[in-house]
Amino acid sequence: MAVVAQTPSQASGAKTSLRNSTFLRVSRYVVVRLLTLFVTVVVGVYLTIMIANMGGYVDQIMRNEVRDTITQRIALNPAMQKLDPAVRKQLIEDTIAQEEKRLGLNVPLVVRNVRYLSNALTLNLGRAINMTSDAGSKQVRLIILERLPATLLLMGSSQLFLFFASIFLALGLSRRYGNFWDKLVVALSPTSAVPPWFYGIFLILIFAAIFQILPFGGMVDSPPPTGTLAYSLNLLKHLILPASSLIISSFFLSIYNYRTFFLIYSSEDYVEMAKAKGLPARDIESRYILRPTLPNIITNFALLIITLWTGATITETVFLWPGLGRTLYRAIGLYDIPIIVGSTIIYAYLLAMTVFLLDFVYALVDPRVKIGEN
Amino acid sequence: MKSSLQNLLKYPSAVLGMLVVLLLVATAIFAMIKIPYAEAIRLWRGGEDVWYQNPKFAPPAWINNFSSKKYAESFSVRTTDGSLEKTVTPGKEGTASISINYPLDFQYDYYPQEMILYVTSKYQTKQPFLSAELLTPDGRKIRITNASLGEKLTYRFSQDQKLMTRLRTEDVFPALFSDPKTGQPLKGQYQLQISGTTFEPDSDIDVEFVFHGQVYGLAGTDQSRRDLVVPLLWGAPVALAFGLIASLGTLVLTMVIAAIGTWYGGWLDELIQRITEVNLVLPFLSILIMIGTFYSRSIWVILGATILLSIFTGAIKGYRSIFMQVKESMYIEAAQAYGASSPRIIFFYLIPRMIPLLIPGLVSSVPAFVFLEASLAVLGLGDPVLPTWGKIIQDAQANGALYRGYYYWILEPAVLLMITGLGFAMLGFALDRVFNPRLRDV
Repeated sequence: MAVVAQTPSQASGAKTSLRNSTFLRVSRYVVVRLLTLFVTVVVGVYLTIMIANMGGYVDQIMRNEVRDTITQRIALNPAMQKLDPAVRKQLIEDTIAQEEKRLGLNVPLVVRNVRYLSNALTLNLGRAINMTSDAGSKQVRLIILERLPATLLLMGSSQLFLFFASIFLALGLSRRYGNFWDKLVVALSPTSAVPPWFYGIFLILIFAAIFQILPFGGMVDSPPPTGTLAYSLNLLKHLILPASSLIISSFFLSIYNYRTFFLIYSSEDYVEMAKAKGLPARDIESRYILRPTLPNIITNFALLIITLWTGATITETVFLWPGLGRTLYRAIGLYDIPIIVGSTIIYAYLLAMTVFLLDFVYALVDPRVKIGEN
Repeated sequence: MKSSLQNLLKYPSAVLGMLVVLLLVATAIFAMIKIPYAEAIRLWRGGEDVWYQNPKFAPPAWINNFSSKKYAESFSVRTTDGSLEKTVTPGKEGTASISINYPLDFQYDYYPQEMILYVTSKYQTKQPFLSAELLTPDGRKIRITNASLGEKLTYRFSQDQKLMTRLRTEDVFPALFSDPKTGQPLKGQYQLQISGTTFEPDSDIDVEFVFHGQVYGLAGTDQSRRDLVVPLLWGAPVALAFGLIASLGTLVLTMVIAAIGTWYGGWLDELIQRITEVNLVLPFLSILIMIGTFYSRSIWVILGATILLSIFTGAIKGYRSIFMQVKESMYIEAAQAYGASSPRIIFFYLIPRMIPLLIPGLVSSVPAFVFLEASLAVLGLGDPVLPTWGKIIQDAQANGALYRGYYYWILEPAVLLMITGLGFAMLGFALDRVFNPRLRDV
């Protein structure tokens, strides 16, 4: 009989061992997860570096370009034309060697790739090869930082609006599904097959070309208006079209997806039960529908935050918006590998961090999830 | 399958989508028969020598139906094919006089961009002679030019200094086609009279009269005078081929790889999952832009890269989880029991189960790839040889079509792209609802 009753010390011992095992499990999980994510980032970034110089092919392009421009420059320089041909040839070769050294072309490709990789992993973004920021700096960090606000403004305003508007509207639709608005959203959801820049062209056509009430592109008028208020209003005026095209292109599909998702959850038995108990609709929504769908919503939100970083290359190009996407596109055209690598590594780190943190967030919002348990 | 089709026909959007897809396929076949590949490339890559008969930046001719003021339509006529009538009257000692009359019905409110005479002549030693006059509806006779001909002569009305002096203006066409009293365009029957004289028995003159109006043909022209009908028609097979091959290739490869990974499990499965994670880190659009910039802009290279990068995405995880369930089914166990080999199980037992899931995905992912091609073209990375809808938009953007009011130039390819995208998307949505029972009721 006495065996059944546990002494307090025994009970606390069981608890500690349980806590210990939880700690062990979580820490083992953290280590393994961080390692795999790190390896993933390394491999991904190395592949990007390899693609960014096409396995050495881009080196050849750059070498030829350097040789061409320097030979041209020296041949056309009147002061140099009087020189002895042999001396001039030597001068050309020396200048080419100097320029190649500046571009790093004198170092073997493999060494350079590893150097790019280790610099990237330590976030030592280095100097751009050809591009400069508007302020005149060649630091990759400064070039990226200069463009970041523009991208954050455009992507942030449109994506956050999309996120909250579509969840809010989707909840409303799932409550009254089958009515006119619901059918309209379902019918319009294929419009999201069309990318934002495409709507952008139509919006430019209508509002800039025909009605001439909004600008064709750019971020502010040139010259920019003075005064904070005038400047912000001008910025807003330029923001309307690109932001709208980003929103329109995902709006209906986003609502449709959330609505379908909520509908699937609202047909669960416990929701029926709650309805039968007569709980108010608002309580049912927040406690019985939103709560179990929270992990998915959080995932979507986290991924949304990451996409802010990448910008919208083509939309930015169509609207001449001076954001990161457009900068990246220009960097590719100028063979500016440091910028391409810099942008990729930051994205890779952000993604890896988000993936890692999401596991913990799931465990926090959903008591059924345990970290590191299969 | 039959009941699925019946189910599908209940959705109006599916019917509309199917119609669009069928229409596209029909257009694509028509384009390939009407303008064979080599001819399409020759036309699309052709310069002034191919397209000299067309005006630049001309909207399509049907805009006249929507405008109260009429734009001049472009045309060209020549004596070699009889569209321009030539009468030869033999004279003394081997001479001959040639007369060419063209009745020009001018019922427009805008003046033409340009009028050109391309004259070719045959002779041994004595050069033929040619003169041209324009007879206006109110009976005036305007002398255009006199010239003794070499083998080839190109006469542009707007460039003739003498004609400008005679008309006392820099702008020839308003002077030629206006009522001198009001200064307004004078509508009516004009007559272009060309008379030539040859001085040798075998000597001959041939004339081509090219009239560059403001509007041209069914689709208009671009900055290189190209008739937009060619790329608009040929855009359909290119878009369909790119969209369907990319979508089919991606889905089938994804499915096969997911099935193999799930079936064999172990390190192979682990490897596939790791590759998928690495692929998530890779910047998709940037890599395509890099390949386009550094390596090749060929649509087939881009297509291959697109498929490779699209295999290892989130979709592979979705398929994997479904295969995991299917793998445990009784019929797989039965197949193993009677000694089916692993490849047999993968290709004849696992994958066929997924085909219903494949079909909606296949159709719905087509627009993304069609627009991807257009997006790359808009960034200036379109195929250098093939005429595509994206290339038209890029040309239009590069020439400031929206700023300068050439709306037709962007709208035509854009509307076609939009219809294609929406058609496939609507069909895909409906298919998803038919084949995906979880969605059927909602």
